[in-house]
Amino acid sequence: MSFGPFLLLALMEGLVTAAVLALAASGLSLVFGVMRVVNVAHGEFYMLGAVIAWFVTTLVPGPAWAGFLVALAVAPVAVGALAAAADRLVLRRLDYDPEATIVATIGLLYMIQQAALSFYGPDARPVAAPFDWRLQLPWFGYSGYKLFVVLAAAVVLLALWLFMTRSKVGLVMRATQVDRDVAQAFGIDVDLVYMAVFGIGAALAAVAAVLIVPIQQAHYLMGHDPLLLSFIVVIIGGLGSLRGTVVAALVIGLSDGVISMFFSPTLAKILATLLVALVLVFRPQGLFGVRDR
Amino acid sequence: MTNLLMPSRRALLKGAGAGVLAGMLPATVGAQAAPIKVGFQLHRTGIGASYGRWYERTVTAALKKINAEGGIAGRPVEILFEDDATDPKRGAEVVDKLTQSDGCDVVMGTLFSHVVMGSAPRAGELKVPYLVCSEGYHVASGALNRWTLQPGITDVRSQISSMAPWVAANLGKKVTMFYPDYAFGYDHRDHFSKAIAAQGGEMVAMIAIPPTETSFTRYFAQIPADTEVLYHVMVGPAVLTFVKELGEFYGTGPKPQLFGFVDSLEAVDTATPGLEFLEGSHFWEAHPRVKPADAGEFEAGYREAVGVDDNGTSVSDAKDVATYSHMFSTWETLHFLKQAMEAAGYTGPADRQKLVEAMEAITDLPYGPERPQGAKVFNGKTHQVFGVQHISQIQSGKLVQVHTTSMEDGMYEDAVDYTTMAF
Repeated sequence: MSFGPFLLLALMEGLVTAAVLALAASGLSLVFGVMRVVNVAHGEFYMLGAVIAWFVTTLVPGPAWAGFLVALAVAPVAVGALAAAADRLVLRRLDYDPEATIVATIGLLYMIQQAALSFYGPDARPVAAPFDWRLQLPWFGYSGYKLFVVLAAAVVLLALWLFMTRSKVGLVMRATQVDRDVAQAFGIDVDLVYMAVFGIGAALAAVAAVLIVPIQQAHYLMGHDPLLLSFIVVIIGGLGSLRGTVVAALVIGLSDGVISMFFSPTLAKILATLLVALVLVFRPQGLFGVRDR
Repeated sequence: MTNLLMPSRRALLKGAGAGVLAGMLPATVGAQAAPIKVGFQLHRTGIGASYGRWYERTVTAALKKINAEGGIAGRPVEILFEDDATDPKRGAEVVDKLTQSDGCDVVMGTLFSHVVMGSAPRAGELKVPYLVCSEGYHVASGALNRWTLQPGITDVRSQISSMAPWVAANLGKKVTMFYPDYAFGYDHRDHFSKAIAAQGGEMVAMIAIPPTETSFTRYFAQIPADTEVLYHVMVGPAVLTFVKELGEFYGTGPKPQLFGFVDSLEAVDTATPGLEFLEGSHFWEAHPRVKPADAGEFEAGYREAVGVDDNGTSVSDAKDVATYSHMFSTWETLHFLKQAMEAAGYTGPADRQKLVEAMEAITDLPYGPERPQGAKVFNGKTHQVFGVQHISQIQSGKLVQVHTTSMEDGMYEDAVDYTTMAF
């Protein structure tokens, strides 16, 4: 394959990675930004979204797109509800103490993973794509669905941005992020905000998973990689910064696509990790993060 | 008043009496027929789970048959399954637990070669016979030890030696290979490149894929344009994604001939939407998934026993596709164990060395209900069994057997003589 098409394929692959990563990482970033909780179970909420998508598409009769749309609605709500319950029952009782919540979410990680293993099983199961369209370029073919994933992720992120910047609820969340005590003094139910934020963060991971599951397959161990990559993205972009998360996801996704295609996927991971180290040394608050006041 | 600290004399006597009785009980039962305990290292979870599910079913069916026919040397047999999560480190712990805590006479059943590599040294230390069902060339290469044998399935080197001439003669001589980046994949890489060179062919690219990879399109761009044959062998939960993305990548454009090891499709329905591009491509199979017209006389009985229909799917769930080209190895290994234990006059763990020597003395393994995949020859020096291979083509979405090799096609010179090694 000559250089041009090679680069094109690398960029397309990178864009898909970036899109899904941006969605998953924005959930992690939101939770950290508002609640200052490092959610280690984030990858398992992602996995749960994929597993629920498999159950839903199996149960819903009719064409593949119908099942997919139902999954796109049901999975984030179910995962968000579970996360909100976890916040209410576990995190709130720990008073959102940073160290304690890390340990608690590690516990949550294992509980969700083992529950999926028990109830869903150890197999990787495919979910049919909502439509079957392939883009045939002169040099290679490409899945039309993958392009749809990029588009859908962009729409969801735009909606999230509008929600955070233009809606009343978004304003309340941002107020809580800036100063929890003052927000409470102004009559904001901080507990409710935290519960909602944790739920929305998990729901974003679930949306990413429902979008990716027709490309990959639903598997109980699939949460590891997205968790690691989300952390990389969030650290580079700046914890709590949505804009930084999206920019970092694009950088990591596209460089992953290009480096892993021209060199090797292992090198791409090495460089991403190196970048994290450099950011932590020279700009610990991340590219777009704000230093603690 | 009696309590635990101040028991009455009567309670004390009763307790003592019961203790004596209980102490006698196992001795009496044991004298009749203590069961032979076979430890099974099972990939119940982790990346080998679909294989593990079928390995468990197949060996359970073999166990039922052997016990119905009187067990081993008149003793009943029981199997203790222990999950290794398809993880090498856990694998060694499982061998340890099955041998030391559960008191198993032998350990068997491991498929994934990195788990075999991680577990075999521990089996050697514990001096327990370790019968793997793995295909890896690690046994016959001499990398392992006197306690590790592979009597139920041929190894990759042998499979490749018998495939390469056919590939070169029928599909093409410039080969690009996709292989998993660990022990099993290295066997393919090392031996296929030698075997194809011997046929006047060459490898134009060799592309390693990490075993936990979930996305493959990025690797396809590395396929050189002058590739005539794409040789693929993938394993793990992502195999379906691999073949689907390969189809998307080539689309309706020109593509090289495809030759795959059926590992790339084990437990996957060949008629899955998105796999249409595989139509007409060829696969190695050890044991044809779709029952061939000229199947041997014991094929039907075996399929019934393990609960697989003529299409290679579970009789109770048509979506549950068998790992048919691998699972027979557990059936054949258990029967091999029976034969060796009876030949050795095995009575207990003290006879483990005698048992290994009896296995090494076995050579001819004729076709029969014990060996539904076909006749085999066991090489006691290399601890490896040899047999026939098949090539199938996908026709109308089904694997149809088109070629069967001879046993000689897969023979190669010995690389080790384990019988000269100390126990």
